[in-house]
Amino acid sequence: MTTIGGKKREKIDRLAELAARDEERGVSLWQDAFRRLRRNPAAIIGAVILTIFVLVALIGPFLVPYGPTDTMGIREGLIKPGVIPGSSSEHWFGYDHQGRDVFSRMIVGARQTLLVGVVATLIGLAVGVLIGGVAGAAAGLGGRWGRWVDSTLMRFIDMLLALPSLLLAVSIAALLGPSLTTVMIAVGMVSVPVFARLLRGSMIAQSNSDYVLAATSLGVRKSKIAVAHVLPNSLAPVIVQATLTLATAIIEAAALSFLGLGNPDSATPEWGVMLADAQQYLGIRPELAIYPAVAIIITALGFTLLGESMREALDPKLRK
Amino acid sequence: MALLDVEDLSVTFARRGQRTVRAVDGVSFSVNAGEVVGLVGESGCGKSVTSLAIMGLLPKQPGLQVSGKAVFDGTDLLQIDDRSRRDIRGRDVAMIFQDPLSSLNPVVPIGLQVTEVLTRHRGMRGEAAAKEAAQLLDRVGIPDPKRRLKEYPHQLSGGMRQRALIAMAVACQPRLLIADEPTTALDVTIQAQILELLKDLVQDSGTALVMITHDLGVVAGMCDTINVLYGGRVVETARRRPLFRQPRHPYTVGLLGSVPRLDAGRGERLNPIPGSVRDLLPWPDGCAFAPRCDRRVDACIGEPPELVLTHDGRSYRCVNPAPLPGLTPGDEVRTAVPGPATPGSVPAQAVPDEPPAVPGLAAAPSEEETP
Ligand SMILES: Nc1ncnc2c1ncn2[C@@H]1O[C@H](COP(=O)(O)OP(=O)(O)OP(=O)(O)O)[C@@H](O)[C@H]1O
Ligand code: SF4
Ligand SMILES: [Mg+2]
Repeated sequence: MTTIGGKKREKIDRLAELAARDEERGVSLWQDAFRRLRRNPAAIIGAVILTIFVLVALIGPFLVPYGPTDTMGIREGLIKPGVIPGSSSEHWFGYDHQGRDVFSRMIVGARQTLLVGVVATLIGLAVGVLIGGVAGAAAGLGGRWGRWVDSTLMRFIDMLLALPSLLLAVSIAALLGPSLTTVMIAVGMVSVPVFARLLRGSMIAQSNSDYVLAATSLGVRKSKIAVAHVLPNSLAPVIVQATLTLATAIIEAAALSFLGLGNPDSATPEWGVMLADAQQYLGIRPELAIYPAVAIIITALGFTLLGESMREALDPKLRK
Repeated sequence: MALLDVEDLSVTFARRGQRTVRAVDGVSFSVNAGEVVGLVGESGCGKSVTSLAIMGLLPKQPGLQVSGKAVFDGTDLLQIDDRSRRDIRGRDVAMIFQDPLSSLNPVVPIGLQVTEVLTRHRGMRGEAAAKEAAQLLDRVGIPDPKRRLKEYPHQLSGGMRQRALIAMAVACQPRLLIADEPTTALDVTIQAQILELLKDLVQDSGTALVMITHDLGVVAGMCDTINVLYGGRVVETARRRPLFRQPRHPYTVGLLGSVPRLDAGRGERLNPIPGSVRDLLPWPDGCAFAPRCDRRVDACIGEPPELVLTHDGRSYRCVNPAPLPGLTPGDEVRTAVPGPATPGSVPAQAVPDEPPAVPGLAAAPSEEETP
């Protein structure tokens, strides 16, 4: 196998592609990328992790053995100063400091985590795409106005980007007061500059492409080109980035909760809050910190694996 | 008056920290209504820049300078404002590019890209536009056009993509079509089909076609008039037959020599020089082709050769053109002044007595020889 030269291998690949062409009819570009994703082990692992995570988040809360806010450990007198019972066959992950079932709390917390991650990312995506899209279109239109709009928006974005993201999130959260909505908005705003810059850069790069030249040569208006041609072609990296942002959003949301800026109502358990609570009992029950920490890491890893694989699958250089 | 008159078109790219590139240097040619005109030359001679300048499509970068005229139907395309230029593009003048895959938007179905032009210039929408688009695809020989309209560019073969682009270009029956190496990116068999299609389309609709290519074989099959470009200048212009039968400029001779079907006996080859643009000349000015020319004489260096017009409507830029048949090569060097066969073809000043001796270069043979 190693004797096959690059040229030859390319040819074989081309042939395989041509052979595949017939069944490819009616298949869109995204489906094409999806097929490539399926062949990537990293993508599979990421997808499996995320599927489990999403399933747990969606249906888990209906199946949990105990109520997540039920302080049964205290009721039953099991929690004493310096004593928190560990895992048992009834309570797989044991009790927390308030005598609640940790396993149930972890599962219900998954839904919270997913909700915060998705909503925060959507907020960031919406605002970022709006700013980046306007800037990219303005840069493409050119002229004094176009350049002015573009550079003003980007100056603002650069300012946001210059601040460390967690610091920015903490400032926004502190400004809005601790709540779940606060976490979502704060984490979402932090990702705005990334989305905006990415979309704008992608649009500017696409503006130099041949199909833009061809459309221009047919008299298509600049604004139409920006919206109908450049924008759809520039979205792929943004969508990939959204997947990656989900990972950081989950971590940042946990961090905000950890810092006490999250939902003050402990009726809805959250991995970040659980992590914060476990701090004081590290000496007795270090597992209490490990469960949410590992859950956060694995979920973030799932999004990262899938996001990176998507980036590869959609890369125009690897495409063809 | 011609449909398109390009007069003294020059394009320079000046970039900070880089040499100024004069990509097009005083190019003039004209295209009559319904005529097929070829622009031929090797890579980097300024063919694409010429066509982009005419279309107003050159990248708006600082340091870009365009001068001259490109008069289309009475209006100078280089002077009009952006709005009228956008109206003319696609409706009166359209262009076809080299790489059909990258010239189509990969994430938009073919149908939308075709109807876009119909909406823009013919105000067609919805059903009517879709129907017309299907007819257009059918006209350019795409089978099952209704289904193809829904497909994406990557689902079409290379030839089919170029057909789709041609359909978009002829959608408004433009009076002038510029095709910049439309077949270079395609397989040989497909190339012939695409050329055939272009030929049929322009014949049927009376569209004038500017065919840009580096391949004389392409030109031989379809062009009425041919302009040979070298180093940003038109070095020879002639109707197709005379050009192929009696090329005068040594560069044309060389180009023909590399087309085996014609002129097989001569077998001349160009020895390629990297870059091949004007600013590589080792002397201040002169004929750009001189470093590679086997007919070079002293007069070739110093100032660029004047355009020589012959009685039969041909022209070339050369002080020592290839001889016409009937004269032995040796004679031609000395007596190229109006001979019996070519009244008024070559100005006397251009003809030196002595074969050349150019400093810094290997002695150039003054006559054509067959090894
Ligand atoms: N945007 C640009 N900036 C600077 N130089 C340029 C630019 N575009 C073209 N050139 C230069 O202009 C010259 C002519 O280029 P052009 O693309 O017209 O060649 P061509 O005849 O079309 O060649 P090919 O057969 O490879 O397409 C080249 O030397 C090129 O380097
Ligand atoms: S003979 Fe002189 S002028 Fe003619 S092409 Fe050769 S170098 Fe140029
Ligand atoms: Mg070119």
